[in-house]
Amino acid sequence: MSLKGKRILIAKPGLDGHDVGAKIIALALRDAGADVIYTGLRKSPDYIARVAVDEDVDAVGLSMLSGSHKEIVAETVQCLEALDASDIKIFIGGTIPAEDHKGLKAAGVCGIYTAEMTIDDVLSAIDKELAA
Amino acid sequence: MSRTTKAHLEQDGPTERTPPDKPNPVTPSGIEVPVVVTPDMVDFSGIGQPGQYPFTRGIFETGFRGRLWTIRQYSGFGTAEESNKRYRFLLDQGQTGLSVALDLPTQCGYDPTDPMARAEVGKVGVSLSNLAEVELLFDGIDVGGISTSFTINGTASIIYAMYCAVADKQGVPREKLTGTIQNDILKEYVARGTWIFPVKPSMRLIADTILFSNEQTPRFNAISIAGAHVRDAGCTAVEEMGYTLANGLAYTDELIRRGGEVEKFARRLSFFFYVHMDFFEEICKFRAGRRLWAKLMKERYGVEDPKAQMFRFGVVCGGSSLIGAQPHNNIVRVGTETMAAVLGGAQSIFTCAFDEAFQIPTEHSAEIALRTQQIIAHESGIARTVDPLGGSYYVEWLTDQMEAGMMQVIEEIEEYGGVEKAVEDGWLQMKIAQRASERKRAGDSGETVIVGQNYFRRDDQNEGIGEVFKLDPQATARVIEKFERVRDTRDTAAVESSLAALEKAASDDGENLVPYLIDCCHAYATVGEMVATLKGQWGEFEEPVRL
Repeated sequence: MSLKGKRILIAKPGLDGHDVGAKIIALALRDAGADVIYTGLRKSPDYIARVAVDEDVDAVGLSMLSGSHKEIVAETVQCLEALDASDIKIFIGGTIPAEDHKGLKAAGVCGIYTAEMTIDDVLSAIDKELAA
Repeated sequence: MSRTTKAHLEQDGPTERTPPDKPNPVTPSGIEVPVVVTPDMVDFSGIGQPGQYPFTRGIFETGFRGRLWTIRQYSGFGTAEESNKRYRFLLDQGQTGLSVALDLPTQCGYDPTDPMARAEVGKVGVSLSNLAEVELLFDGIDVGGISTSFTINGTASIIYAMYCAVADKQGVPREKLTGTIQNDILKEYVARGTWIFPVKPSMRLIADTILFSNEQTPRFNAISIAGAHVRDAGCTAVEEMGYTLANGLAYTDELIRRGGEVEKFARRLSFFFYVHMDFFEEICKFRAGRRLWAKLMKERYGVEDPKAQMFRFGVVCGGSSLIGAQPHNNIVRVGTETMAAVLGGAQSIFTCAFDEAFQIPTEHSAEIALRTQQIIAHESGIARTVDPLGGSYYVEWLTDQMEAGMMQVIEEIEEYGGVEKAVEDGWLQMKIAQRASERKRAGDSGETVIVGQNYFRRDDQNEGIGEVFKLDPQATARVIEKFERVRDTRDTAAVESSLAALEKAASDDGENLVPYLIDCCHAYATVGEMVATLKGQWGEFEEPVRL
C-alpha cells in the first residue's frame, strides 16, 4: 500500500458528535503510514477547506451521521474550489443511504465508506483513489 | 432471490471464513468463563433479597409483579407538529411514556437560523428553539398525565425550564410533572459530543437543575447518568458500567458541594444504558452495577435510606449492535436484548427499530419495535417472578466477576485524577477510540461473529428494507419561518431583561440558575440566546483532540 507519506485530513463537519468512525479511520490511516490530521467536532466546511489547503493534504475525509451529508458535501466542494484546491480529493463515511451515493459522487466525492466495510477494505479503497 | 455462490464469497473476502463450531469462552468484556460453574465457585451470601440492600435482585420486593416496566420509544423529528402527531399515535397504541428526540441545533445551543445549524434543523429530532415550539409539541397532550423523557444534555437545563414553563401555561402544577432529562454532560465530552461549556460550569448547571427539580418537580428525574453512548462508542459492558458509576460519583460530589443533601438527591438519580447482544453479560451488568452503586452510596457517603441507595435505570436495546446488512435480523437482536433488560431488572425499556441503524424509523418499523416489548411483557411470562435467574451458579458468578471489573475501572479513573481531569485532558476519549478500533478489528477479522456481516452473507442482503422514511423537505423552512415569527412578535424588553438577569446570576456561583432560565422561557427567549448569554460568562469547552 502506498499510503505512507500521504497527507489526509479527517474532519467532523456539522454538529454531529458521533466521532467513533472518524477516529477509527484516522487511527488506521496513521497505522498505515499516512500523516493524519483530525479536526475534532463541529467544523464548518469553510474551516475544513482552509485547514486542508494550509496543511497541503492529498485528501479530506468527512464523517457524517446526522443526515446532512448532501448539504455539507456541496459546501465543502465549493469552499475547496474557492481556494483553488479542487485537486484535493474528498471521501466520506458515516450514515449515508445508498440512494444518495450517485448524487454524492456526481457532486465530487471519490469514495463512500460505511460501517459495514472492513477497515482494510476502506484503506485499500482510499489507497487506490490516491494513487489514481 | 439469488443465494450466495462460492465465487461471490471469494470475491467478498471475509465471507469465505468457516463459522466457528464452538462458542467463544471469553465474554466481550474479556472474562474467561469456565465450561461449568459449580456451587463452590459462588458466594451466595452477598446476594440478598429483592428490594433490600444491596439490591442484587432488584430494587423492588415484588419485581414486575407490582408494575411492568415503562415502555418508552424514542421519537421526534422535523417540526413540533409532526412529532406531536407521532406522539399521539404512540399514546393511542398503548405506549406509556413519551421520549423526545431533539435536533442537533437545539442540543448544541444554536437557533435554527444560525449558520452552524442550517444543515441540521429537524434532522435527528425535533427543533425546540423556544417555548412556542414546546407548546406545539404538547398540544392536546396533558403534561400532568404523562411521563416525558428528553434526550438532552448540553441544553438540558433550558429544556427542563421549557417543560416547567409549558406546565405553567397548561395550568398544570409543576409538582405533577414526571419524566427525565438526560442532563449528563460528562459522557458528552467522551462520546456523544453535544458539549457546550467547559466542565466546571457545566457541572454547576447540572447540579442546579437537579436541586431545583428536587424542590419543585419532586417526581421528575433531573438526570439520567448514561453509559449508553460510551458503550456505543466502543467500550465493553464492564467499562460502560464502571465509567457511568464514576460519573455518578462525580455528580454526587458536585451536588454536595452546591449544598445538596445526598440522602435526598440520591433518591432521584437515575441511569441509562445500552443492551447489546451478549445475553448473560448484559443481565449481570445490571445486577452488578445495581449492587455496586448501593455499596458506594452506603460505604462512601453513609447513605442509609434504601430509596437513596437504589439504582434505577432505563435501557435502549439496539444501537451499534444493529447493522445494515439483512436488516430484518435486527428484530431478533432487539428481542434478545429486551429479554436481557427485563431479566436485569430495567425500569424502562426503549427498543430500537430494525431500520434504525441507517435511518429514522418508519411508522411500520417503530410499531414492530413497540410490539416486540409487548410480546415479551405479555406473552413470554418472563416478568412473572422477581429476578428469575437469581441463584443461578453462572449468573451469580458472572455478576461477581463483573462487579470486580467495574470497581477496577472506577479506581483507574480515580488514580488518574478523577473524571473531570480525564475528560479535560482527552485521556478517556483516547482510551475509548482505541477500544472502538479493537472492536471493529475483531469484527473485521471474524473473531466476533456478526451474522450477515462477517459470516452468513447473501449478495442481495441490503435489499428488502421496504419503506424508506422521508423527512418533509419543507420542514426546515417551516421551522425557520415559525422561529422568525415568534422572534418578531415577542416582547423584546421582557426578553432583554430576562437575559440580563440570567447573565448576572451566571456570574454568581451562589445562585441557582433554573428560575432565571424559566423566566427567559416565559419571555420567549430562544435557546440560542440563553446559551450565548452563558457562553459570554463561561466560555466554551475546548475539545482536546488526541489520537
